[in-house]
Amino acid sequence: MTFSYYPGCTLKAKGKDLETYAVKSAEVLGVTMEELEDWQCCGAVYPMAKNEIATKLSSVRALVAARDKGQDLLTLCSACHHVIKRVNNDMANDQNVQLKANNYMALDVPYTGETTVIHYLEMLRDRVGFDNLKKAVVNPLKDMKIAAYYGCLLLRPSKAMSFDDPENPTIMEDFIKAIGATPVVYPYRNECCGGYVAMENNEYATQKCNTICTSATEMGADAIITACPLCMYNLDANTTENNLPVYYFTQLLARALGVEEDAQ
Amino acid sequence: MQRIGVFVCWCGSNIAGTVDVHKVAEALKSEPGVVIATQYQYMCSEAGQTLIKDAIRDHKLTGIVVCSCSPRMHEATFRKTAAAAGLNPYMVEIANIREQCSWIHKDMEVGTEKAIILGRAAIAKVHLNAPLVAGESPVVKRALVIGGGIAGIQTALDIADAGFPVDIVETKPTIGGKMAQIDKTFPTLDCAACILTPKMVDAAQHDKINIYAYSEVAEVKGFVGNFSVKIKQKARMVDPVKCTGCGLCVEKCPMKKVPNEFNLGMDKRSAIYIPFAQAVPKVATIDPTACLKMKTGKCGLCATVCEAGAIDYTQQDSFIEEKYGAIVVATGYNPINLDQFDEFAYNQSPDVVTSLEFERLTNAAGPTAGTLLRPSDGKHPHTLVFVQCVGSRCDGAEKGKSYCSKICCMYTAKHAMLCREKYPDTEVYVFYIDVRTPGKNFDEFYRRAVEEYGVKYIKGMVGKVAPQADGSLLVQASDLIEGEQLKIKADMVVLAAAIEPDQSARPLATMLTASMDTNDFFTEAHPKLRPVESPTAGVFLSGCCQGPKDIPETVSQASGAAAKVIGLLVKDSLTCNPCVAHSDELMCNGCSACEKVCPYGAITYQDKEFRMPDRTTAIRRVASVNPAVCQGCGACTVACPSGAMDLNGFSNSQIMAEVDAICK
Repeated sequence: MTFSYYPGCTLKAKGKDLETYAVKSAEVLGVTMEELEDWQCCGAVYPMAKNEIATKLSSVRALVAARDKGQDLLTLCSACHHVIKRVNNDMANDQNVQLKANNYMALDVPYTGETTVIHYLEMLRDRVGFDNLKKAVVNPLKDMKIAAYYGCLLLRPSKAMSFDDPENPTIMEDFIKAIGATPVVYPYRNECCGGYVAMENNEYATQKCNTICTSATEMGADAIITACPLCMYNLDANTTENNLPVYYFTQLLARALGVEEDAQ
Repeated sequence: MQRIGVFVCWCGSNIAGTVDVHKVAEALKSEPGVVIATQYQYMCSEAGQTLIKDAIRDHKLTGIVVCSCSPRMHEATFRKTAAAAGLNPYMVEIANIREQCSWIHKDMEVGTEKAIILGRAAIAKVHLNAPLVAGESPVVKRALVIGGGIAGIQTALDIADAGFPVDIVETKPTIGGKMAQIDKTFPTLDCAACILTPKMVDAAQHDKINIYAYSEVAEVKGFVGNFSVKIKQKARMVDPVKCTGCGLCVEKCPMKKVPNEFNLGMDKRSAIYIPFAQAVPKVATIDPTACLKMKTGKCGLCATVCEAGAIDYTQQDSFIEEKYGAIVVATGYNPINLDQFDEFAYNQSPDVVTSLEFERLTNAAGPTAGTLLRPSDGKHPHTLVFVQCVGSRCDGAEKGKSYCSKICCMYTAKHAMLCREKYPDTEVYVFYIDVRTPGKNFDEFYRRAVEEYGVKYIKGMVGKVAPQADGSLLVQASDLIEGEQLKIKADMVVLAAAIEPDQSARPLATMLTASMDTNDFFTEAHPKLRPVESPTAGVFLSGCCQGPKDIPETVSQASGAAAKVIGLLVKDSLTCNPCVAHSDELMCNGCSACEKVCPYGAITYQDKEFRMPDRTTAIRRVASVNPAVCQGCGACTVACPSGAMDLNGFSNSQIMAEVDAICK
């Protein structure tokens, strides 16, 4: 199973762990992640202005590159996945964006949203299958009670992302079960961590993260997993009450597959 | 050549405001065959009709054109007028210059020009009209009521009391419907079972009513006065004649872990069951998906203990065919599925319940014997939050319904009030968008909940219900009047789920060729003036299948539908529509195209002997139309590739003449 892989800038800097564990685990699972050549920033934030085209172009370039290789585009960072997936929807459904982006880029073959964008978690669920993942686990994390933290970017807007039920998602809980741990369901797993608000109002992020961690702790969790570098930052640096160890989900995946140390 | 009279109506200013009626009459006067063209303020009034009658006599008219409103409005009126003056009623044509002209145009010049064109088309058609004579068809004096809830029961009782036999078809093992599940009824707070079960018994004991419980309508053929219906009786595995309803089998059945649908899955029933103590008919039913005998072949305990010998594991679905003069749809409603509204955590906590589940939790015959207990731990709840409009009034949203479900404001007020009355130690909140309580003594009822019972009504919606580690539910909501965010720690949350038509309604509508709106509610023949009739003749509507309704309104409509049915069944025969299709056998090539498109099954094929040009005879297969069954929809005339099918009153040549006149 081979995918075009889009890492995004954070995974080459602050969020290295998210990537290294993912790549190592993918090898074990027979998945090849072919990093796109000369990839650019995804645009970082999906632009809400209808007539904003320029910030969408770098995502389009990644999508076109995957199409030209005839591969699905695998993403890992929640923010990159969010931006690329929504830009892809625009390229498929919004004639204005489609026309202007294609005019600007003057591609040999115009791009109309043909590429499938798939997040690493979706890849585990839909392509590898959680059952097969379970079989590949050599080191089941039996003693861990893990709270999945989804954040907002993977789930919403639910129709565009079509990732999981936005109010009662299950994909990360199913993942936790597959690696042999016990999932802890708590009500704030799909709430905002404070996001970029932390830059100017740290207290707000602290308040959000404390609610999340307190709720997870009260429900009996002893660790939190996330797929998002920004959530990781907020949960890790801005939580003041009931701090729980926060992991990228890929780290625990690598641990369960017995390749955690190889990755370091 | 016909002698045609043209009568242009002003309809007050409805037409005359945008159409120059004088100019129209003047222009149409010079059309071929027109001997008189005149105008009048209200052609449908008695004076207007006299004007037409006099003109028919004085000018020896053979056809008339009335330029007025839609034929749906007054075609019948003017046909009667013509008949009264000795003219065949089918020599009348209506040019619709109101709905299709004056009402949609603003410019007098444009409107007038279009009115003249429409008049000209109608004149061209009248030239080719032929007098038609309506036949008669007999009326089967028996009614079918589909659905055995309070709507169906009331309709059936009223029809039966008038002396006509009625069959009720109910898909569940018992009649009673949703009302049987309800605890108290607003605004008087009398017990639902106390007022419903006597009616159920009345229906069962009425010598004119026959109940087909655990049955479904499988096929409908025919037309008003003469429907032929196939009813599927699902196999109960219990002989309803022999079964005494003693309940011994239910008691002995070893399979007791089946979710009880009557209590909405909040407790368990056995594989052989009687839905509730007052069920009608009080007969046991075996659930084949749960019964050990049916699944594994081992057990058979119920057959052993049944003293009446009523258990029959080999029973099969059976079919009954019956003829009816009228059909009443009373298929009712269901609360919507709440999967898409999990911000209220319905799928995440057993203490978040729907209002119908709450009814069962407060009902003496419910899973908690009427004591309000939290489903999760069986403890007494102290703080309850009611959320209204869950899935109702979701206009433009991708989930939920755009309409108001109408009953939720009142039943929520009832639940909140009863909570406070029975358990004064409870704190009760109701979150609402608007409180809508029109109806006799309804608003007073709601105000009593607020003023006398201290229910805390808060304008605003709940954003999230978060199940907490200690078992409570943290309700996050906004108070729009105070302009603040609230967090309420509740023990139970009750969701007023929107209601939608039962899923059986859509396939049934197809069988009945009755129209539905986009929400799958049945449409009325007229939203104001014919609210209990469907546009399909002989099909009537009762209860929530037509739109959300509370019990008083349902019962009124049920009686209204019954009155309409009685009005139909007292007739010995009905006048048929003579505008039916017929086939030109010389042109027909027997291809079956018409038979395939006919929604009424009016077309059959016969082998007929024809004389050929060379004096031999040949047998050919040709279509023939049963005029008593044909409803004149015209589908066959369009489908016929050889042009053999034609429709009386709307022949191909008449339609083409109209088109030619318009394009002239």
